[in-house]
Amino acid sequence: MWQNVPLWPERASSFANNVDALYVFLLVTTGFFALLVFVLVAVFAIKYRQKPGGVATQIEGSLALEATWTLIPFGIFMLMFVWGASVYLNEAQPPKNAMDIFVVGKQWMWKLQHPEGVREINQLHVPVGRDVRLTMISQDVIHSFYVPAFRIKQDVLPGRYTTIWFHAIKTGTYHLFCAEYCGTNHSGMIGSIVVMEPNEYAAWLSSGASEGGMAMDGQKLFSELGCSSCHRSDTQGRGPNLAGVYGKQVMLDTGSTVVADDNYIRDSIINPGSKVVSGFKPIMPTFSGLVSEDQLMALIAYVKSLSQPQQSAQQAAAGPGQVPAASNTGNEKVQ
Amino acid sequence: MATVAQPIERQNYLNANYGWKSWLLTTDHKRIALLYLISITFMFFVGGFFATMIRLELLTPAGDLMTSDTYNKMFSMHGIVMVFFFLVPSIPATLGNFLIPMMLGAKDLAFPRINLLSWYIYMVSAVLMIYVIITGGVDTGWTFYAPFSTTYSNTNVVLAGIAIFINGFSSILTGLNFIVTTHRMRAPGMTWNRMPLFVWSHYATSVIQVLGTPVIAITVLLVAIERIWHVGIFDPKVGGDPVLFQHLFWFYSHPAVYIMILPSMAVMSEVITCFSRKRIFGYQFVALASIAIAVLGFLVWAHHLFVAGISAYAALVFSLLSYFVAVPSAIKVFNWTATMYKGQISYATPMLYAFGFIGLFTMGGLTGLFLAALGIDVHVTDTYFVIAHFHFIMVGGAVMAYLSGIHFWWPKITGRMYPEAWGKIAAGLVFIGFNLTFLPQFILGYVGMPRRYHAYSGEFQVLNVLSTAGASILAVGYLLPLVYLLWSLRYGELAGNNPWNAVGLEWMTSSPPPTFNFEETPVVTWEAYQYDDVPQEVPVGR
Repeated sequence: MWQNVPLWPERASSFANNVDALYVFLLVTTGFFALLVFVLVAVFAIKYRQKPGGVATQIEGSLALEATWTLIPFGIFMLMFVWGASVYLNEAQPPKNAMDIFVVGKQWMWKLQHPEGVREINQLHVPVGRDVRLTMISQDVIHSFYVPAFRIKQDVLPGRYTTIWFHAIKTGTYHLFCAEYCGTNHSGMIGSIVVMEPNEYAAWLSSGASEGGMAMDGQKLFSELGCSSCHRSDTQGRGPNLAGVYGKQVMLDTGSTVVADDNYIRDSIINPGSKVVSGFKPIMPTFSGLVSEDQLMALIAYVKSLSQPQQSAQQAAAGPGQVPAASNTGNEKVQ
Repeated sequence: MATVAQPIERQNYLNANYGWKSWLLTTDHKRIALLYLISITFMFFVGGFFATMIRLELLTPAGDLMTSDTYNKMFSMHGIVMVFFFLVPSIPATLGNFLIPMMLGAKDLAFPRINLLSWYIYMVSAVLMIYVIITGGVDTGWTFYAPFSTTYSNTNVVLAGIAIFINGFSSILTGLNFIVTTHRMRAPGMTWNRMPLFVWSHYATSVIQVLGTPVIAITVLLVAIERIWHVGIFDPKVGGDPVLFQHLFWFYSHPAVYIMILPSMAVMSEVITCFSRKRIFGYQFVALASIAIAVLGFLVWAHHLFVAGISAYAALVFSLLSYFVAVPSAIKVFNWTATMYKGQISYATPMLYAFGFIGLFTMGGLTGLFLAALGIDVHVTDTYFVIAHFHFIMVGGAVMAYLSGIHFWWPKITGRMYPEAWGKIAAGLVFIGFNLTFLPQFILGYVGMPRRYHAYSGEFQVLNVLSTAGASILAVGYLLPLVYLLWSLRYGELAGNNPWNAVGLEWMTSSPPPTFNFEETPVVTWEAYQYDDVPQEVPVGR
């Protein structure tokens, strides 16, 4: 029976060792204090049990003791805080050259897409030894992307992108759970992360990559929806020229500036009147309800590709072998 | 009049007058405490039924006992009933209601009619909640997270929200009554530094109730407004922000954890001193720790949101503040432990529960340090680790203390002793059952089993079976007191006024106390916990 009872999930990401080390530290220190209290209570309860004719010794208190058991725990707590924060901050900021995966959560499935266009449902294939950044959004309620073996979890919100990243260190298949209660089939909103050797991953990707890549999907949508008639690429049209915009500061008509990141671009499509770029009239109609979250992601991928060297959008679609390298260089140049 | 009917028995609050009206229109804080006791006991077993169904379903990995929708309703209603209809009112509305006027040397609370009103408000909300349960229940979880609750749930969220909204007023009124009573109704000589720590802790609780409860009331109301009129508050599809809901919800619901645990600490300070024959170690530190918990408790709510999409800076601040709030709890545990040093300790049932409380509350508090550590929280939040942690506080802490207090003051409340042997057996069963239920859940959580899962992966089964086995022991441990306490009402030994040789004004009057508590208003010239003035032996309960 007991060999089937794991005490830890597998340590399959670069975070896992850090998190587990902190966990062990906490187990040891809190275990010490728990034991201290248990032993003191037990010893006192036995040693000072009521005896006929016995008289309790009244003690008012002790400032020295109060100070001791205030300051020592406080000091240890601060150590826990700093350690916990450092583990967290290490996880908070995705590395700049991470490979992108796009995730849409909906009741009750995970839709995942690789920039090359390959789509998956409830399963994500990634190469071992690479930084992978997930950009996630929900179509309906709040979900949470949880991979115990990676020690990562991030809520997936409707209406706003959240990101999370990991660096798998071990090949294998790991649980993917939805950790935020999302209705009837919450416990069925599960899947797996398949971590593969890079060459196997490349082969897997090429066998599925026939759809032309997300940026090209986005480009197609961009003209189908009529975006291109105002957002012209050769000159400033009625809407801003989107070339080179992604990731840059944008001046708004209110005088403030925002960074044109994924969330800003998404907002500008869904709710165009809210943050209008300086010098333009708020004439763009809303696309709320007209484009799905998947399509929004493709549009953003296209806008992003406009800020990369000309060939990268084509390269992204060309072949899985060069893909990681291509998107790397593209990213580095932008930032 | 009543003395004519029963010439032998001295007149007390129970036999002062008879009939339904004398109970349903009473303004006697002691009778209202009993009305509350009956009501919350009923709700406790309703919530316990849902817990039983949850544990039975989780015996096997497949979701085979009930449908997913039913399971989701089970854990939702378990949480709603236990939190709002049992734990929040538990100790304050029963023991607090009964004892605070007596401990202060007062005839009643400051506003006896408002006290009765708070019970009626509680009953209206409880009846409404029962109606919701009977007509299909809700499936939002007790947390009502938007936009699931506002847009997607097909259950009666609005009515459940209204029940919680109404329930809040009963809590606010009780808190208000305690605050005013503590300020205005103390007997001559009962200075703040002579008050029992029971009153200090309830005072801190009341401040949270008055300041925090309006926020949950307005939050559930906003959910109802969004659900009915589609006003964009929380659902981004209509222009709202779902994380805003979580901020509002936890702004009350984290302090609410302290509403539930501070009164347990109140009971502990009384029980541990009595059965150690000792004054409390570090009176002022224990008293001020209660206040510190109440204040700091309002500053940590966003530690429930570390993975919800708040900024890294916000996460750092709330992690730090969460460590601050752990300090006063640690101070209390150390002071209780030190109180036992060189005492004359006896092991009556209330003290057994107190031993259990110290152990389980310490475990619950220490595992809170794991969750406050950002790096760990990301992994274990929304898993069974969190479930285990808060059940250690809420059940291992609050319910153990509640049972301790019920046994401790039972002779005062009813005039009769509970059967000591059965009391000890039940305390033992509760302790063993509790640990078997919830210790495995820490491991389950770290291994990665998410909470609120109807079906789960096979490797989690062994620990779930252990947990369910423990829950069945726990159930026996909870049913036993129900039986023998009812039995003792008629057959229990007569207790006398002060069976524990305890100090405290409530023990200086008769058992059960007369309607106005004291024959004449006491004048206090001594500090609390003067256990050198009383016999060093506890004559009963060995």
